[in-house]
Amino acid sequence: MDTTVAIELAVNGTPVGRRVEPRLCLADFLRYDLELTGTHVGCEHGVCGACTVRVDGALVRACLMLAVQADGCRVETIEGVSGTGEVSDLQQAFAEANALQCGFCTPGMLLTAHEILQREPGADPARIRLALSGNYCRCTGYQAIVDAVHRVGGARGRETR
Amino acid sequence: MKPAPFVYHRPASLPDALALLERYGAEGRVLAGGQSLVPALNMRLATPGALIDINRIPGLDEIRLGAEGLVLGALARLDAVERSPLVAAHAPLIAQALPHVAHLAVRTRSTVGGGIAHADPAAELPACLVALGGTVRALSRRGSREIGAAEFFRGVCTTALGPGEVLTAVVVPRLAPGWRSRFDELARRHGDYALVALAAHARVADGTLAEARLVLAGVGATPVRAARAEAALAGRRMDAAALDAAARALAEELDPPSDVHASAALRRHLAGVLLRRAVRGLLEA
Repeated sequence: MDTTVAIELAVNGTPVGRRVEPRLCLADFLRYDLELTGTHVGCEHGVCGACTVRVDGALVRACLMLAVQADGCRVETIEGVSGTGEVSDLQQAFAEANALQCGFCTPGMLLTAHEILQREPGADPARIRLALSGNYCRCTGYQAIVDAVHRVGGARGRETR
Repeated sequence: MKPAPFVYHRPASLPDALALLERYGAEGRVLAGGQSLVPALNMRLATPGALIDINRIPGLDEIRLGAEGLVLGALARLDAVERSPLVAAHAPLIAQALPHVAHLAVRTRSTVGGGIAHADPAAELPACLVALGGTVRALSRRGSREIGAAEFFRGVCTTALGPGEVLTAVVVPRLAPGWRSRFDELARRHGDYALVALAAHARVADGTLAEARLVLAGVGATPVRAARAEAALAGRRMDAAALDAAARALAEELDPPSDVHASAALRRHLAGVLLRRAVRGLLEA
């Protein structure tokens, strides 16, 4: 018996149609069905932040949303925001500040950091650290990540003045 | 891990959702924000036969000030509630509590109805609703009813909702003159479940807390109202001795659990720390 459900959504601007099992989470759909492996899967219960993506503009955990729930939605992954250059300044700063080692947390960190800076352009290091507390990094000890995000926040602020 | 298989339904209306709930009985689970249910599915702690996804039912996400008070629809997302000027003005306790709930990428999906119906004993919203004397609106095919927050929470993840019943909204009474709120919590890391949280709501008059409602999370199976500490505060001049007495009363009336996160003794101590902070904050505010 076919238990799959048809879904249609836009992923990084491209219309996608697939049939999926209801129990398939959005993160696994992105990784296995669409081969967008920049969205990482760590804890599978919403704690580590590695699977963070945007759905209809909102930051979400792709391990806590079913692929069927994304039917009709606009999904953006790290591949999408890298391609458009939306986070290129953050990526550059992460490289310069040594804000990544293994890179497993980096896609989620970049998407979360971008959202923080959009909501609070002048966020100080303490606010940045608090907002990134839902994204685990087991390599860097976080200081370099906070430095990189803070530096970009300052640079973006200067550009818009 | 991955969830066990289930049937997925996405009803377009409340009557459709209620019909599905009746059809599946104990095998059916309502899916709202999914930020507690989906982890439980992933870990196979929950293996429902059917998920009834209410996310596309229109009108359930309202945040509205009505004659009865502030109405928060079941599907109001915590991120929207946190940023709502109406909530800041009429339920500051909730506005203060929400930044403590998990993290932004969870709060964008997490819903008021889900947080209340899930009834995690360490969660922030249930404690706030009890402290504010709010009510829960529930709908079934038999009709709708309102349940007082104090009667709603029955045990660990157990509520007064019956079979075939779905939570549609919570209502918080309008903020009465002189009442102030203070929410604070202590957790290992920001966004973790509270070791102890305190929702304090009080009427301030003449430099004292004339009436106080103190409700704690993380110290019992449900939100716990601290009646003896409330009595120790009421109408007293809050000097060091009075504050010590109130903290002692609180420690005596609490019977918190010991678990891997904290011992009962630590939780009792932390509750006192939060009480002192709350009293100072309420009187300064």
